[in-house]
Amino acid sequence: MMSLAKRGNARLGAAKDSGDIHAAGIRVSQVSKRFGAQSGPTILDSIDLEISSGEFVVFLGPSGCGKTTLLRIIGGLIQPTAGQVRLVDAQSGEVTDDSGLDQLGFVFQEPNLMQWRNIARNIELPLEMRKVRKAARKTRSAELLKLVGLEGVGSSFPRQLSGGMRQRVAIARALSFDPSVLLMDEPFGALDAQTRDNMGIELQRLWIERPTTVVFVTHSIPEAVFLADRVVLLASHPGRIASITKIGFERPRTLDLFDNPEFTTIVQQLRKELESEHE
Amino acid sequence: MNNTISRRNRVRTRAVAGLSPAPDGRNSGGRSSWTNVWQSRWLAYVSTPIIVVLALLAWQLYINVSGISKFVLPSPWEVFGAFFHMIQQPYIWQLHVWTTLVETILGFIIGFLLGVTGGYLMGKFRPVEAIANPFVVASQVVPKVALVPLFILWFGFDISSKIAIASLLAFFPILVNTSFGIRSVSPAMGEMMTSLRATMWQRFRKLEIPHMTPYVLTGAEMGMILSLIGAIVGEYLAGDRGLGRLAVQLQNDLQVPELYGSILLMTLLGFALYSIFAVLRRVLIPWHESVLIRQRDS
Repeated sequence: MMSLAKRGNARLGAAKDSGDIHAAGIRVSQVSKRFGAQSGPTILDSIDLEISSGEFVVFLGPSGCGKTTLLRIIGGLIQPTAGQVRLVDAQSGEVTDDSGLDQLGFVFQEPNLMQWRNIARNIELPLEMRKVRKAARKTRSAELLKLVGLEGVGSSFPRQLSGGMRQRVAIARALSFDPSVLLMDEPFGALDAQTRDNMGIELQRLWIERPTTVVFVTHSIPEAVFLADRVVLLASHPGRIASITKIGFERPRTLDLFDNPEFTTIVQQLRKELESEHE
Repeated sequence: MNNTISRRNRVRTRAVAGLSPAPDGRNSGGRSSWTNVWQSRWLAYVSTPIIVVLALLAWQLYINVSGISKFVLPSPWEVFGAFFHMIQQPYIWQLHVWTTLVETILGFIIGFLLGVTGGYLMGKFRPVEAIANPFVVASQVVPKVALVPLFILWFGFDISSKIAIASLLAFFPILVNTSFGIRSVSPAMGEMMTSLRATMWQRFRKLEIPHMTPYVLTGAEMGMILSLIGAIVGEYLAGDRGLGRLAVQLQNDLQVPELYGSILLMTLLGFALYSIFAVLRRVLIPWHESVLIRQRDS
């Protein structure tokens, strides 16, 4: 626990001094997942995927294709039946061991905030668990509130905030310990369309200001194309990678991109692929 | 303490009012002051005394009109007279109120500790619940007051039998509410804690305890009153002290105004014990709906 605490503090310090990239690559090799016994349904079948450091990757697919399962395996929330997931250090290129798992920040579909904690203390939760001192926690949560555009609401309680604001708090919490990978499981799925688009823009801004590796799960094709460096299209029965599409639009991308013919073409093509997988 | 918390909360609500679309409908600007009185919780401060005074007048009127015997229903003035006389007697406090209070509090503490522990284990671990549940249900449907004579047989005539009865009565609502509270921790919150690599202790301390506090308080509130009932019923049947014993004694002696007075005393004791929890709610869970709603209306 002590070593964890030290590492937490050291990394916080580093983040403030230099503006360098806190990111790690992810290497998914031969990951399979079956639920239940050996004969159970195959959710994921021999997935191989290399995600480079600082990349924004989106898993896109119909419900039931195992995209969330794959994300949860990467996040260590569930164990694969076969295969392994490794983090690759950005600087040294070395594969880190399992303790690298505490470098992962998770954002879920629901904000999952603690109603009894005010916003600042919700953001500080991961730091508390890493035994970061109180003064350092306060400074950090103030920084993060500013980063996600919620200055001044630190002393409010979750129920006083709108859905979009709560999800920003959840993102700030996930970023609090400066993770090298951010895993997002349909984080904007519960929001209305307009808030969703705005959150996409916000997330891109965050990612540019504070580079990290992002793995983002969605079933919205435009959202995927808007956000991603690469869209990984997953197909179901069994869950596997159907295609990987590189998205090369310049950043920062704006909402005007939705009207760009090239953008529309990619969206249509992905839609066709999705539909053909369904047949 | 109480006041600072509510004031702080109100300021918080105001601070974000401009940011979120008024989640609690606080835009009460245009209402007339009468509507405000009608809808606020201050209404109770006006209506309660009025209703009590009306009831007392009706009581007095009934006695005057019906000519009922004062051994059945004495007048309110006689009752209050007897009551104020009683509460000036030191032995009422030292012998009766104190005994009942000790039995109630000790019984409550035992019932609380067992109820919270049992409820936590049942809510947290499925097998424990599966094994314990039939017995919990069975013992809940037994009219527990019917067991009082047995308890007196087992524990004797002194306060230990009343403490046992009080703790038994306090136990069940606390057990059931705690168990429900721990089961209502959402799996998503649990998963969030897992994603943060929370230890068992951190999960307990930072998620489970705060989450179940409102549930435990609800159970404890009921448990405290049931504990008082248990103590008094126990005293009715055995022993030589306590408010229940006092009431029986007064009934035997046909001191009817004093009997009414002793009932008033028990009511006030129950009220005092109950209000502990109103304070605890505001101190321990100022964030919870049950507290916020009251503040919003004030």
